[in-house]
Amino acid sequence: MEDVVISVLHRTMVAGTPLLLGTVGEVICERSGILNLGVEGVMSVGAVVAFIVTYITGSPWLGLLAAISAGMILSVLHAFASVTLQANQVVSGLALTMIGLGLSGMLGKPYVGKPLAVKMNDVAIPWLSDIPFIGPLFFKQSPFFYMAIILALAAWFFLERTLPGIKVRSAGENPRATETQGVNVTLLRYACVITGGAFSAMAGAHLSTSYSKSWIEGMTAGRGWIVIALTIFSLWNPGKAIMGAFLFGGVFVLQYLLQPIGISPNFLAMLPYLATLLILLAMSLRDRRRLNAPAQLGEPYKRGER
Amino acid sequence: MRKIETLEMVNISKSFQGKFANQGINLKINSGEILGLLGENGAGKTTLMNILYGLYQPDSGEIKINGKNVRITSPIDSIQQGIGMVHQHFMLIQNHSVIENIALGYYKTPFFFPKIRIHEKVVEFSRKFSFAIEPYKKVWQLSAGEQQRVEIIKALLNGADLLILDEPTSVLTPQEIKELFRILNDMKNEGHMIILISHKLDEIMDICDRVTVLQKGKIAGHADTAGMDKKSLARMMIGRDVLFNVNREPLPKGEQVLKVSNLHVLGDKGISAVKDVSFDVFANEIFGIAGVAGNGQKELAEAITGIRPVRSGTVFAGLKNITNMSPRKIYDHGVSHVPEERIKFGIAPGLFLYDNAILKQHHLKKFSRKMFLEYGRIKNHTRDLVDSYNVAAHSIEVQIRNLSGGNIQKLILGREISEKPSLLVASHPTYGLDVGATEYLREQLLKRRREGGAVLLFSEDLDEIFELCDRIAVMFQGEFTGILDSSDSEKLSDIGLMMAGSVRY
Repeated sequence: MEDVVISVLHRTMVAGTPLLLGTVGEVICERSGILNLGVEGVMSVGAVVAFIVTYITGSPWLGLLAAISAGMILSVLHAFASVTLQANQVVSGLALTMIGLGLSGMLGKPYVGKPLAVKMNDVAIPWLSDIPFIGPLFFKQSPFFYMAIILALAAWFFLERTLPGIKVRSAGENPRATETQGVNVTLLRYACVITGGAFSAMAGAHLSTSYSKSWIEGMTAGRGWIVIALTIFSLWNPGKAIMGAFLFGGVFVLQYLLQPIGISPNFLAMLPYLATLLILLAMSLRDRRRLNAPAQLGEPYKRGER
Repeated sequence: MRKIETLEMVNISKSFQGKFANQGINLKINSGEILGLLGENGAGKTTLMNILYGLYQPDSGEIKINGKNVRITSPIDSIQQGIGMVHQHFMLIQNHSVIENIALGYYKTPFFFPKIRIHEKVVEFSRKFSFAIEPYKKVWQLSAGEQQRVEIIKALLNGADLLILDEPTSVLTPQEIKELFRILNDMKNEGHMIILISHKLDEIMDICDRVTVLQKGKIAGHADTAGMDKKSLARMMIGRDVLFNVNREPLPKGEQVLKVSNLHVLGDKGISAVKDVSFDVFANEIFGIAGVAGNGQKELAEAITGIRPVRSGTVFAGLKNITNMSPRKIYDHGVSHVPEERIKFGIAPGLFLYDNAILKQHHLKKFSRKMFLEYGRIKNHTRDLVDSYNVAAHSIEVQIRNLSGGNIQKLILGREISEKPSLLVASHPTYGLDVGATEYLREQLLKRRREGGAVLLFSEDLDEIFELCDRIAVMFQGEFTGILDSSDSEKLSDIGLMMAGSVRY
């Protein structure tokens, strides 16, 4: 019985990893005031690029690096549209998703169905992985898992305990005031959008080089949208995102687990979105300020306008 | 070590879309001096100071510090040169704490754990200028005066020798103004120089050593305040004499147009904001409601005009019960509204002038047929409004946000009174406007009164209340501490005490 529990929880951690990576990136991006709905597309491109480079070079780490670069380059599109051109961020983000999904499908065509010879192997941390129950859960995981946790904590520290973190949050709350304090909001927002893209691409790389060892079109399967929901669910706090990501990861696992006893996987697939709606409802009934949404999220900022 | 001993702006010109905002401006200030920058709205005061602060680039002209030319292309430059600015609309991040706001702009904020270091600095400053401030409070929880102090600390921490204050008193209570002036005088004695932008003559006379007057983007004159009187200063500012005392001829009381009985209204935080208020307003009357901001005036105005639900009690317009009706129905029953925060609630800033001219009236027969708007008639109506209410706009087909505050307010007032409502609810109608526009708006309110209309005037400006109102109610913590006749000068002398709740009639 204990083995079953550990196995389910372990798979929960695995399923939650890309969600956490994506969410941390989206939190940083949205905290600077830019809504990026392109996560699904960037994630998909990250997955395909990681797969191709790993397939060719035989190194999943090179694959990861390539995926991150691709994610950053792709995100520049969104940054250019939403920061420089001050376009509608919803439209630009959706466009990014479409571009990403299309591009990854095209690039990955020759690789569909080919298995990877190598993958990002799980790493057992000495001593810690020997602790009963906790060891196999948290310390015998893929490097992506450790990176996700460390990056989430680092992001929290960055946003709450450093000066550039204050600048990022200020840019999302009131870009004009931030600019008068001598901060280059344009540059800052570019950096945040691109960072978000890097995180999304990492999540994609996890899917194609660690979670599974293959590429199929549409393998992100809506995870990018769950990331958007999770960002709200975790109230734009990377620390809370850790909890949220693994909670939603658990729902993913449950989809397979509960199918035999007659609960529709479609119903469970709906749960993350439902949970987000309920959280939003509950929080906004209590106190709007506590919701913590960046005040200028999604609002184009025009410099020097009176 | 002072970075700035003298600062000069030489021959500064700046135009927006071909229209001069500043033209050939020269200005000089020395350390230990408070310079007033006086002018009507749209005279170019703020533009000039934004140039000095690096937010705008001048088309021509030079800025000299200690006699040397400097280039200021961004706020970073000006901060480094020792210039600080407190904007009229505070540049603060509402959802962040005092500390986070200060850390954002302070050049010596450490990279890691910035809040600890800034906390020390804030405590140090509040001791130096002896004022209280709670470093961990969020800005939205602070009063306007406290927020302003945060702005001042921000500027001083960055070593500002020259502090520019844009309309610093417009949001403060009289006590807070006194406190601000004390702090400014302390700073002056320490050798700081201060530029105070204002259109309030009294303030300029009170605190400034010298004054520079701008008029339509040009210098109208320089003067020492010691040798000036208010009248000549005002003439310099608007180029003619101002009507300081509006004449309000006695009129017979008309019929009752508004009756409010035992009204209870909740505020935003769910706490009772208006408690058991009863009064009535008659035709040919201006009924004023005075009081310090935040004592329930806003909630009362909103409850009467239908924007906020009435908890209990009744509101009658004439014989019609309008309690909790929709704002549109209340408007149709002859109660119109000039709301406070005109940009936010009075207009749709991105729409054209002619769209804004018929807000709330689009459903009237003369502007629409079935589902369709009659743009021809709407535009004619707008042109009439623009002409008859002196709105300075070169076209009615521009976004209304391009107009100055005074012109926006004239259009709103015109829109609200052109249908001759039996009651006009006017909330702070002249707030933040220059002398010329204020005078015009007040005249229009008096004209409404003469024509048999009634006005319910909410204002924090006591001069305005005394000049315009037939009867005056004072509001304190959601209750009326008294309703006085404006001829009752004996009781009116206690109005300050009534506003503080310590005297009731």
